[in-house]
This record gives sequence, C-alpha cells and structure tokens, in this order.
Amino acid sequence: MELSDELRQLYQEVILDHHRAPRNYGTLEPHTHQAEGYNPLCGDQIELFLRVNDAGIIEDARFTGQGCAISRASASLMTEALKGKSIEEAHTIFERFHHAVTSDPTAPIDADRLGKLVVLLGVREFPTRIKCATLPWHTLEQALAGGGTTTTE
Amino acid sequence: MSLHSLQTLAYDVERIRQDFPILAVQPHGKPLAYLDNAATTQKPRCVLDAMMHYYTHLHSNVHRGVHYLSEQATAAYEHARDIVASFIGARRREEIIFTRGTTESINLVAASWGGAFLRPGDEILLTVFEHHSNIVPWQLVAQRTGAQIRVVPLEPDGSFFVERALEAITEQTRIVALAHVSNVLGIVVPVAPIIEHAHRVGAVVLLDGAQAVAHMDVDVAELDCDFYAFSSHKVYGPTGIGVLYGKAELLERMPPYQGGGDMIRRVTFEHTTYNDLPYKFEAGTPPIAEAVGLGRALEYVDSIGRAAIAAWEEQLVASCIEQLVQIDGVQLLGPERGRAAVVAFSVEGVHPHDIATFLDREGIAIRAGHHCAQPLMDFFGIPASSRISVAMYSTEEEIERAATALRKCITVFRF
Repeated sequence: MELSDELRQLYQEVILDHHRAPRNYGTLEPHTHQAEGYNPLCGDQIELFLRVNDAGIIEDARFTGQGCAISRASASLMTEALKGKSIEEAHTIFERFHHAVTSDPTAPIDADRLGKLVVLLGVREFPTRIKCATLPWHTLEQALAGGGTTTTE
Repeated sequence: MSLHSLQTLAYDVERIRQDFPILAVQPHGKPLAYLDNAATTQKPRCVLDAMMHYYTHLHSNVHRGVHYLSEQATAAYEHARDIVASFIGARRREEIIFTRGTTESINLVAASWGGAFLRPGDEILLTVFEHHSNIVPWQLVAQRTGAQIRVVPLEPDGSFFVERALEAITEQTRIVALAHVSNVLGIVVPVAPIIEHAHRVGAVVLLDGAQAVAHMDVDVAELDCDFYAFSSHKVYGPTGIGVLYGKAELLERMPPYQGGGDMIRRVTFEHTTYNDLPYKFEAGTPPIAEAVGLGRALEYVDSIGRAAIAAWEEQLVASCIEQLVQIDGVQLLGPERGRAAVVAFSVEGVHPHDIATFLDREGIAIRAGHHCAQPLMDFFGIPASSRISVAMYSTEEEIERAATALRKCITVFRF
C-alpha cells in the first residue's frame, strides 16, 4: 500500500521525527509563563512552559502532554522556533503561522519567513486536523496573556 | 452444520449492499469501507423512498386537521408507532414516545421521572462505561433534587462483572440507568439479573439501547425494563427521531417533559389538563417524515432478519478482533467475546486521530476520539481510542482492508 501524496505531505519525515522524538519535551522549572491547551474533540492536551528573562527574551520553552503526531510535532517545532525570540517576535511568529496554516491549500507559501514551520502546512489539505496543528500555538498565546486553560473546538 | 453457519451462508451481503446507495461513494478515489456504524448507520433506499413518498403524497400536520392530508399524515405517523412497538416488543402502542433521539429520551426520563420522584439521599446508579448522554442528564437532575450518583466500576482488566452492579444496588437506589450495549467496550450487558435485582429493591431500570437495537433482538416486555431508549439513525432510519419506551403505569404518573401543542387536552390560563399517552410527552409538531422513515427502516431490518444480521456481524467482529490482536502494540478495549458490533482499540505510540486520517485516505471510515465516554477513557488512562463498528452491510474484505491499513499506519508512525 502506497501513501497518497497528501498523506506524504501531512506526515513528512520531519513531522514524524518530531513526533517520535519531540524536542524540548518536559516541564520547566523555574518558569515565568505557563498555560494548558485542550482539544475536547480528540482529547489532546498540552502544557506549555516559558522562561522569559528581564529583557523580554524567551530563554527556554518546553511542553508536555499527549496528542497526535501533528500536535506533538507542532509543539516541538514551536518551542524550537521560540527560543531566543522576544515576546514581540513570538506574537509575530504566531500570527504568521496561524495565517499560513488556516489559508487555502492552494495559497502560496512564504517559506523564507516560516522557516522550519513550513513542514506543518500539509495540514491545510485536512480541515479536520488544522486544530491539531494550532493547539500548541493557541496555548502559547494563552501563556503570554497570563496563563490558564485554552480550548480549541 | 450449525444453524449459525447456515444463517451466514445464506446471507447475501452483496444484495444488501445494493440497497444502500451511499456505499457507492468513493472517498479520495478509493472504495468506501464504512466502519463507523456505531456513530450512525447508512440508510437503505426504501427509507429514502418512504420519506420522499410521504412528503410527495401524504404530508400535513398530524392529529389536528380534519382534511384528507391530515388524516393521511396522522395514519402514517401512527402506523410508524405500531411498527416500533412491535419491533421492540412493547405490549401497548401508547408506551412508545417519539423523541429527537436517545439523548432526548434519557433527558425526558431524568427530568420528568427524576424531577418528580427523586429525593435527597436517593441513589442513581450508572456504570463507568456510560455514554455522556446517560451521565449528564442524571447529573443535572441530581443537582436539582439532591440525589446521589453512584457508579458501577469495571475490573482492573476492563471486564464487567455483573456482581459489581448487583452489589451497588441498595435500598437507596431509585433508578439504574445503563447501556444495553457499550459503545466502546462492545459488551452486551447481562441486564436481566440487574433488572430483577433493581425491581426487588423498588428501583426502576432505564436501558440505553442506542447500540443494541440494530444488532440484536430486543424485547422490552421480556426484559421487563422500565424504560428503553434508542435512536432511529443508528438503526438505518433518519436522524432527528428516537424512541422512548416506558411502562404505561410509570409514564401515567410522570409529569410532562415539555409543554406545547398536541400534549394538552384543555388549556386555560388557570389550569391545563394533559393529553393521554403517548401524546402527553410529544409537545409540538413531531418529526412525521422521520417517523415514517424509521418505521420503514425497522421493517427493512426485519425483512433481512435480526438473527441473520446478528450472526453475520458476530462473524465480522470475531474476525476483526482476531486480526487486530495479532498486530504488535494494539490493545483491545473490552473483552474478546460477548460483544455486539463494536471494536475499540488503542495503539501504543500512535494517536487515534493519526490512524483515522491515515485510514480515511484509503477510503476507510472509522471513529477516533473519546466516543463521548470520557470517564471510560480516564479508566483506561488514554485520552482517546479508535473504533471499528460494523453493520448489516459490512464485509470481511472491509475488515481486512482496515487491518492492512492499520498495520501500514503503525509502521509509518513508529520508525
């Protein structure tokens, strides 16, 4: 049985790699920001920790939780992208990613600005799975806004 | 040759499949293997035709007009009630109340019976494997009345011991509400001793038959349950209609659930008297075309034969389990035997949503998620699971395709 092109796009090797061996997986102590994300549809759950220094730079980012390959890889790639960025820049990356991932599957991709996150855009062909990719990112916004629990439905 | 194998030998699944036009759909260019029948079943052409015929030739409002069409519509609607009564073995037609579905049927009993008869300290007994629709309505009425909810557990290995239910029935138990067939574990619950024991302490029993009626013979009089709830759309009928069976003497004593037209006898601003059963519980214009469709669906099921369907599905489920348990990392939820048409499982290291997406691209429709049974998922310590569920038109080939795709999926996600 061969994989379809869409499936190959969705589950690229990079995604499977981040799924099997997520980066920055675990809790972070001490942390300055924390939030929980929950998708009641599939039961996916993520807890995100950030340590932001006095200069407003994200020194470290980690996550725990259980989820599908897409949400896990998205969280893993996100924490990589966040490290060393300012809070301002984190918001910008969120906006850029969110806009790209919810855009029409035929819309052009600005690969330069998205960097490694571009591998997550295969999800555009799978409307029911876009929330898997965005859950960690909404959790990030929640953490930056002061914490708590965010749900995607 | 046993009767069982004779039945499956004579079972012409290809002819049955011809009756279901939707089975010709090709998702992503692949032949459809629809294995999500516990969520909803597909509809045979005769059901679609019956509803079209109703709207084309018979439609009007029921129980009120004196004109020709109103008589036709009323006759069609009430005929559907007779079919339902006979299908589940109700002794009296007025014991059949049409609702929007299993969920509304349970809400009706919880709000009406529970609201009228539950007192502080009374116990509502549920099981850990109930669907949310047989949990939340009871929580709502418990909050209102001060009654307590008690939960029958499973054994640590996930098996259900009926003794645990019998032990949990006490002098305080007023109602036992439980699934006839679990929508996750697939088990056919041995309800007879539970009903007998509940009656001994003066409690009533509601069975959630959503996963049962399409797959086995159900006789409410023989079961002696007090209430039985099911949905049309899980037994080849249309969405938007369901059934509540209730013993007449209980329904008579219960207050109305909703107020409106059709459920009254005489209305003044000072006092309203209610209509007789079953109309007391059917406020407003009912889903008439849906009732007609449901009636036709049940006739269709009986034309195939419930014993034949059950034997066919039993064979498919056995084969499905046999293939799944051989796959490394697959954990079956619930026992290998004593099941109806449902097979839920989890796969170590692979999330159900990834499995469902993967299979979908092969044209295979399965369910991934918590199956509206989060307490049960918590019991197993998993956020979600995958579920294959069969119907009368399912085939061995479809099961094999699902198993093959699952094996492939696991190799992709695990190294």
